[in-house]
This record gives sequence, C-alpha cells and structure tokens, in this order.
Amino acid sequence: MTADTRINRRSLLQLGLAAGAAALTTRYSFAAPAAGPARFVFVIMRGALDGLSVVPPYADPDYARLRGELAIAAPGATDGALPLNGFFGLNPGLSFLQQAYTQRELLVLPSVATPYRERSHFDGQDVLENGGTAPHASQSGWLNRALAALPPPLKRGGQSGVALGQNVPLVLRGRAEVASWSPSVLPDLDEDTLQRIADRYASDELLSKRLAEALSTDQWVAEAQAGSVPAAMSSTDASMQDSGGAQSNRSTPQRYLQTVRTAAGFLARDDGPAVAVFDTTGWDTHFNEGGARGQLRNRLAVLDQSLAVLKESMGSAWAHTVVLLATEFGRTAAINGTRGTDHGTASSALLLGGAVAGGRVLTDWPGLSARTLYQQRDLKPTLDLRSVMKGVLHDHLQVSQRALNEEVFPDSGAASALSGLLRA
Amino acid sequence: MSIDCAAPIAANRFGLGAVPGQLAQIGADPRGWLSSQLRGPPPLLGGAQLRPTADVLRDAAAARKQLQALRRNSPDSTTSAAGAVGSLMRVGALLRQSYVADVTARLQSGASSERPFLERLVYFWSNHFAVSVDKLAVLGVAGSFEREAIRPHVLGHFSELLLAVEQHPAMLLYLDNQRSAGPNSPAAQRAANHDRTLGLNENLAREIMELHTLGVDAGYTQADVSSFAKVLTGWSLGGGEGPLSRGNAGEFLFRAPLHEPGAQSVFHQRYEQSDEAQGRAVLIDLAQARSTARHLATKLARHFIADEPPPAAVEHIAQAFEHSGGHLPTVYQALIQCDEAWSAPFSKFKTPQDYVLSTYRGLQLAVADTPHPLAAFEVLGQRQFAPGSPAGWPDRGDDWNGASALMKRIELADAVAQKIGGTREIAALAPQLLGNGLSDATRQSIARAASPPQALTLLLTAPEFMRR
Repeated sequence: MTADTRINRRSLLQLGLAAGAAALTTRYSFAAPAAGPARFVFVIMRGALDGLSVVPPYADPDYARLRGELAIAAPGATDGALPLNGFFGLNPGLSFLQQAYTQRELLVLPSVATPYRERSHFDGQDVLENGGTAPHASQSGWLNRALAALPPPLKRGGQSGVALGQNVPLVLRGRAEVASWSPSVLPDLDEDTLQRIADRYASDELLSKRLAEALSTDQWVAEAQAGSVPAAMSSTDASMQDSGGAQSNRSTPQRYLQTVRTAAGFLARDDGPAVAVFDTTGWDTHFNEGGARGQLRNRLAVLDQSLAVLKESMGSAWAHTVVLLATEFGRTAAINGTRGTDHGTASSALLLGGAVAGGRVLTDWPGLSARTLYQQRDLKPTLDLRSVMKGVLHDHLQVSQRALNEEVFPDSGAASALSGLLRA
Repeated sequence: MSIDCAAPIAANRFGLGAVPGQLAQIGADPRGWLSSQLRGPPPLLGGAQLRPTADVLRDAAAARKQLQALRRNSPDSTTSAAGAVGSLMRVGALLRQSYVADVTARLQSGASSERPFLERLVYFWSNHFAVSVDKLAVLGVAGSFEREAIRPHVLGHFSELLLAVEQHPAMLLYLDNQRSAGPNSPAAQRAANHDRTLGLNENLAREIMELHTLGVDAGYTQADVSSFAKVLTGWSLGGGEGPLSRGNAGEFLFRAPLHEPGAQSVFHQRYEQSDEAQGRAVLIDLAQARSTARHLATKLARHFIADEPPPAAVEHIAQAFEHSGGHLPTVYQALIQCDEAWSAPFSKFKTPQDYVLSTYRGLQLAVADTPHPLAAFEVLGQRQFAPGSPAGWPDRGDDWNGASALMKRIELADAVAQKIGGTREIAALAPQLLGNGLSDATRQSIARAASPPQALTLLLTAPEFMRR
C-alpha cells in the first residue's frame, strides 16, 4: 500500500461517498453567533464520588468526628484543604480548580443529588443519565433530548454531540445525531476498501449511520490537529512532565490527557460539536480511600490536570464553555470500618468554565449532625441536580423551558431551572 | 424456528463462532449439538504456567514483606530506595505474569474449544460474577478466579457456584470484605480500646444481593444490606498484614474475631448461626429465591436471545431454574429449547471478545502465534478481566456499537487481513462461517474484491460477521 492510496477521509466525505455523509456536510453552512458558539461538557464521575472529600466542609462541627483519619484539615494546616469560602475547601489534589475558583470560573455545589434515593451504582447512573425520576425510565438520555430540542440557530444538519470513548453512554443516546470518538493506534484503511465497506453497509441502517459518524468525527480531529493547537500542546507537555505526581503509571493519565487535548481541539472549532461527554470511572472508594493524601486525592489530581488541559486547549472558546461534573450519588457521612466510605446520597457537583458565574459556593448546607443526616447516614440533598442541568441548558444552550420540563426532564416540575449560574 | 439458519445460530450465537467444517458437523440437529456439550466433565483449564490463587498471593505477600523490611532497615539510603523499587517491580511483574498466562490460556481455549457453548457459559458466569483487574489486588488472580470458582461449577447447581465465588480470595479482595468487622465483634471492641476504628464494609453484601443473586428490584432494603454485611463479617483470606497475618496466604479463612455476634435478619429470614455457617445459609436462600431465578433468566435471555429479552423466554428459563433448584444444565436446556433464540439470526451485536474469538476460530489462528494477543482487546475497548465495575461488561448492542468502536473493529479486521488474507480462499470460507446467514450482498462484495486481503476485510467487516 502506498501513501497516496491510503484513505483521505476528508475527500471521501466531500465526494459524499460514505453513506449518510451528505447530510453531515450541512454542518458547515452553520454561521456561528458573533459571541462564539456555546459549548457544554458533561463529565460523568461513575462510582459514587465522595463529595465530602472533594469539597470538605472543614468548619462543620461534625465533619472531623465523622471522617476520622480521612478528615481534611482547614486551609493552612499541614495537608490542609485548598481555600474556598472559609467553611468549605477543595481537596488538595484540585489545584487547578482552586485557581479557577479564584478566577470566578468555578461554582461549587456541595449538597446535590438526582431524584434517585436507593444505593445501587448502576440504577443511580441510569437516573443520572436518563433524566427521569426512576431507573430505566427512558432509553434515551437527557443530553440527547436537549440536543434534539435545540432552537434552529444551534441545531445543525449533522452531529451536535460527541462522547469521548468508543461508545456513546446513555446520557447522549437518542434521536439527535451524536458520535463517539477515541484515538486509534491502528493504521487507516485504503480508500477503496473503506468505500466498499460503506457500500456494503448501505443496506444496514445501524452500521451505515455509525460509519458516517466515525468519518465525520475523524474529520474534526484531523482538522483540529492541523490547526493552531500544537503550540499549546507542547507547553502543556512540559509542565505535565515537571509536575511529577503520585501516579505510579504515568502512561495512562498521559494518554488520557492527550485525548482530552484533541477533543478540546475540535470542541473549540466554530463548526465543532455543541456538547461533549467525558466518562470517568474509579470513584468507588470503599477501602483505603485516603484523605488529604492517598487514592482518591491522586485520582482527583489526574482529573484536575485534564480540566486544566481542556481549558488551555480550548483557547478563546473557553469563554463560551460550561463544564458540569457530577456523580450518581454520594457516600456515607461517616467513614466505614475499612478506612473508606459506603454508598450514600448527596454529593458535590461542580460547574466550571469561562461562561460560569463562579467564585461561589451555592448551598443550603444541611449540616452533618445526626439529626440532619439523611436516614441518619448520608449527607442530605438540598438541591436537585436537574435544577442545575436545566439552568445550564436554558441559559447556555437556549433550550426552552417547555422542552426542559416536558421532553428533557419529564416529571421535573419540583426541580425548576436555577438561574444565575452563568455570567450575564 | 428458521431451519435454514439454525446451524450458524448454534455456532455463532450459542458458540463462539464457526470453525470451518463445523456447520456441516452441526447439520440438522443444532439443539443436539449444543446439548451434547453439556454432558461430560466441567470445562477445567490447567497447565504448568497457570498458578493457583494461593501461590500467586503468597509470592506477592512475600515480595511485599521484603519491601517493608527494606524500608524499615535503611529508610534513607539510596541503595534501599533502589531495592524498594526493585521489590515493587517484582510484585507488579509477578502479578502481571499470572494475568498474561491466564488470559492467554483462556483465549486459546475459546479459540479452539470443541465445546464452545460451554466455554461461552464460562465467560457469561465470570462476567456475571465480575472482578476487575483495574483494582491492582485482583490483577494476578482474576484468571485463577475463573479457573477455580467458575469452571468447576458451570455444570453444577447455582448455589455451589455462588458459594465458590463468594469465598474466593479474588472476590473478597475485589469487593473489600477481607477486613470488614462487625461493630460488636471482639476485634472491633479491642480496636476501640486502642482508639482505632474497625468496622463494617457493605460492598460485598450489596453487590451479592443486587448483582449476583436477587437483582436490584427484588425489594430488599438498606437494613437488609447492613445485616447481610454483618453476616459476612469474618469472610476473609489468610496471610494478610499485621493482625490479619493468621492463616494460609491466599486461601479463604473465616476470622471469628471479626464476626458480628448474634442473629441477623436478611430478606425476610432470620439466621441464628454464630459463625461461617450463617453466611452459607443466607447464600443458599438467596440462590433459591424467586427473584434470583428471574434475574438470572433475564440475563441469560439477554445474552443468548436479544437485547430486550422476550418475556415468555425469560419466564420459561426462570421456571426451569426454580423447578430444578438451580440445576444449571437444566436451565441451559430450557434456554436451548426457547424458539425465540432460533427465530432471528444476527440479533446480537458482537462484543469485542466475541468478535476477536470468532475471528480466531474462523481463520483457525493459534493465540500462541499472535504477536500481542491481548492488545486487540485493549484496542477494541474490552481489556480482559477489566470491566471496571462489579456489574461486569454490559450486554446490549448500544454499549458496543459506537462509531469509534466500529471504526476500530474495521481497522483491526483490515490489519489482520493485510497479514494473512493472501493465505485463505475467502469466497469458500465465507459460507463455512455464516452458512445460510451469508447474504448475497456480502457474497458479491467478496467475489468482486480487488485482492484476497481485501476480500478477507470485507468478510470480517460484513454486517453478519459483526453480529451473532
């Protein structure tokens, strides 16, 4: 196989050869508003993130007692929390996020939950993604339904959402066109073979759709990588290498950061996808969770780095970006018998980005006394996560209140959209 | 039943992919071919390089002790740092070696087994009782877990399988039960006197009820989970660190000092036993619960029939489970008898594991001859024994048929074809693998291919080879 017979997927697309490709090219007729197109990234944190360790309420009178050896001290103390507002701090692994807070780009929500009140990861994640009030209430996800309901100026002919990974998680599945993307280490096919596969798939609805999505996303990536991103990449690489860190295996986080960097590159394009989903796992900390140091902190530090890379690689598009980080539920207020925490209820969520009205902690803090804990066990939710999602989708992506209440989040009358989450 | 496609359904959906010649062998009696695989001994896997769990964990513990001794004796010197790094690497290398040996043997077994239905059932159960090697403690023992806890019991009763799984060190480590202590246990009382906390960990109890037996909608409560967690206190393994050093390293050990004293109520039953017998009794009851039969029947029907399993088939399988007291061969027979399983060919999108194994089988490749047999699974997003959660790998098409996933599968198929496509007669091979399931469109695209490698790429990427 010679170099010039290798596939140039862009040319394939432009010739309209791949099944469905013609529909996708209408994407390019979209004219971006002068302010720059809004971008929304949803970071799913699977495994029930321990909100009380991400946003330690060090000044709560019951916190240190409940958390024992996992308690994170006040800012200023050895291994203390990073300062937020004098009552809450941030986990010491989250230095970029703390910086974002001081730059008013981080809004902290310490006591949120979905409507789900049992303690199964898998049902909890299903509710987090399906946008309803019960597990398996829907085969599509709230973010896909939001895309389907976008007003005409934002709705495009092609895909408007992308999942970072090989497959699309429930939150982004549904009627609206979306794709998955992850970097490949395998050689590309020659154009002729790919064309023949596309021809064969023409009579297979699913496979022709998927192939067209893949080709279209590859084009974003190719163009993003050919653009202005590399300069920013090299400086980030250097600082990452200097940072050391507690990761015993650097290659996996490094690969992940590179993936985030590429995704940021195509999100930043005016004709790029409006929303993206990043899936993260490993937050289920039943055993040896660690406090200011240890397992959870190390994992949070990698996440923190990836968010720093996202901001840097998005360049000026960051100003129009909102990132929501959320989990299916929280963990027990008290530590368990094995220096970890078991499944709980409320957790913390974070809103990050240039478009966020940050530098604030937003909570009706329920406290951690035995009297106020949910079922004498967990942090009590005082804010419905759907209110946050609705507020962002309405103010940032201009999804109508009607669509939010009826299609995106059915049965969410009790959780009205929070306003004021974004910069005016 | 669609007689035409019965043989390819038996080989590809129930089995792991047709081997040339197999469809003819299956002939007109696909159900008989499947049933015959359920007779005979359980599908054990052995070999000199496959080590028992206890050996792996004993060696890992010894290497860790060495490391601690090094740190204690000379905390500052660079020589000890170098020694510590060396010991740490030895632990990692040791665990990785076991993992690679086991995964390679498992793949070879899948690629060449003459009882592929039974082999698929092994994978089904080890995914049902998932452990994940992204927890380092499990890395060296995920393979031995399958060999020791799953394989010997796939042709037995579900209760035996369940007990073997929940007492296996890999599961106890994966779901954090080895140190779980009853709040009123002697060990917790002693710890409290020394200002240390020792107590309950709910992880194993919850996942046994939710994932392994009853299913999430069975109606158990948080109180049931907590009580069951107390029942399971003391279910541990020998040769741990510090106060847990008693017992043989890497073997199941009931640690009476950790066990919560007294009777417990779990899911409408009261258990008065005072030791390990209490946990066994709960497991036996859970294994026989109605909800368990339905939960398992749903998963089997989803795996073998359709993403949204037909209710009648689920009911049929669940009744076989209940009436036979969880006798697994009886359950599998009921599954084979479901007409729904034979009516629609290619209704299941292959997982990466299905895809890779069916490629091995179809092309009669030996895993040993593949340069990096594990890499294909990483590339396709299904690293062996690494589902990342105790729920195991998902089993619906939408979980595997993403755009990026499809493109990687196509790229992998092409890489294989570039390498060996010239050595096969593809037009003759295609009907050997797909039988009457081979469509005219695929037959034509293969016939018109510009080269033998391209013909193989077109076979391996055909819609009917992407599915089973």
